[in-house]
Amino acid sequence: MKTTLRRLTAALLPLMAAHAMAADSTRLDDQTQLPKAPARPSGKAYFQPPAEADIPNNAYGDLVRRGQDLFMNTRALAPEYVGNEMNCVNCHIDRGRKANSAPLWAAYTMYPAFRKKNNKVNTFVERMQGCFQFSMNGKAPAADSEVLAALTAYAYWMSSGVPIGKVQPGRGFDEPPPPKGGYDIARGQRVYEKQCAICHGDDGAGRKVGATTVFPPLWGKDSYNWGAGMHRINTAAGFIQHNMPLGRGETLSDQEAWDVAAYINAHERPQDPRLVNGDIDETRKRYHADDGVNLYGVVVGGQKLGQGVK
Amino acid sequence: MFTSPARPLALILCLSASLLTLSLQARAADGEAIIQKGGANPAAMPCMSCHGADGKGMAAGGFPRLAGLPEAYIAKQLADFKAGRRQNPLMQPISQALDDAEVAAVAKAYAALPRVQVKAGTLERPREGSGAWLALRGAWDRNIPECTLCHGPSGVGVGDAFPPLAGQSAEYIEAQLRAWRASPAGPAGRKGKALAAVPPTRRNDPNGLMQHIAADLSEAEIKAVSAYFAGLGETTEPFDASQHRLR
Repeated sequence: MKTTLRRLTAALLPLMAAHAMAADSTRLDDQTQLPKAPARPSGKAYFQPPAEADIPNNAYGDLVRRGQDLFMNTRALAPEYVGNEMNCVNCHIDRGRKANSAPLWAAYTMYPAFRKKNNKVNTFVERMQGCFQFSMNGKAPAADSEVLAALTAYAYWMSSGVPIGKVQPGRGFDEPPPPKGGYDIARGQRVYEKQCAICHGDDGAGRKVGATTVFPPLWGKDSYNWGAGMHRINTAAGFIQHNMPLGRGETLSDQEAWDVAAYINAHERPQDPRLVNGDIDETRKRYHADDGVNLYGVVVGGQKLGQGVK
Repeated sequence: MFTSPARPLALILCLSASLLTLSLQARAADGEAIIQKGGANPAAMPCMSCHGADGKGMAAGGFPRLAGLPEAYIAKQLADFKAGRRQNPLMQPISQALDDAEVAAVAKAYAALPRVQVKAGTLERPREGSGAWLALRGAWDRNIPECTLCHGPSGVGVGDAFPPLAGQSAEYIEAQLRAWRASPAGPAGRKGKALAAVPPTRRNDPNGLMQHIAADLSEAEIKAVSAYFAGLGETTEPFDASQHRLR
């Protein structure tokens, strides 16, 4: 009897501890994958967000415009929340309007949403806070901050006419299926050198004009961190295939998109802020093992990835 | 008087030294001299006769600014003219008359001149359909990125591959967009014969990044966006690298 109880306690303790940990880190734990968006019916266009000229000239319109300004110039206008050289518009092309580039109009109406991974209902504001912590490797603005109020207003305005809670074709990055033979990092390097390096540089550091980043860094200290959704090879493959090279989206094959996404995400980047006990393996187990296809904590070329860079 | 027996030897030494200098100069090629007086081959006319004494080009003839353009970009353009990847009745013979050392010297000399600087403005709110709109917003319904996304804030140029658009004349920018665009075949009509398709005369854009953009722009858009960049002007204020350029 005593033994059984002891066994039961021993079995339950880690579970309870894990649960407590998850509750503590709920805010940090919201870059989970989206379910696959429905395909666009043939002959039907993606949702068309309203035109910029239709933003009303009143206090509400001012907030919407402020949101768009922040969206395009995040690093310059909200430096206290951005820890790298990224801007919202780097991953959400065309000011968050382009289908298959995680458009705001396909996201806004899907929140609040229950997310299995952190076992709670997340608001749209919490989802954006995740962007600041992971994709911008920064600090989340407070829920009632001016920055998040403006970004929310911008997303709300752009979603005018989208039915609430109805998944829109074009949501997220519409990932290509994993190639049959898997991905190949070395092959991805060749794609990178041919197609990407001209803008993002051989060292992946991107390019700046003075203080302003023109081409965003893809790895290293100024890029998204190991907790960002883009660190998943499958997610990056979707973004790349639909949107890269700029203006020439849909030109890379599924295989090329996966290979080059793997090459990019096989480089060091800032540490996952959810790092558990300073231990990469533990962090992998808790946050990365079931999170799509990613190389956090995986040994590549003799080096365990996930060390982080500052 | 100087009747030292060493004198003929000194003369010979002196002569051979200057000959050596001359031949060294020819090998190293003097970029400034080529710009002002032309290359060793007379077919390589002085660059400044068309590109201006200050290297800022001549709008009327559509001759582009070269002052402050990246060295590698200028060298690549000359190589592309030579190879026919960029076709131009004036520049092809000139580029062919320049040897590799001269190309390198000219590129270096022009890159050393002041580059274009545009005064940092406040946030622009362009009107949809205007040249500013294409420059700052693009036309993503046709997969056309805003020009400044690659050519940098105010189109001042980024790295070796994306040249400045600011500082160039509308005539030059228009001509380049048309050179990339080519023209499709026209059917025979009541008034005339069928028009044959004209292939692009410029196909030296890295990864074909410009070709489809030019092909998908209307004639009115080409004019508008070219006028926008030509109208940005130039400032003599030094570039403040610590300030963000907003878009």
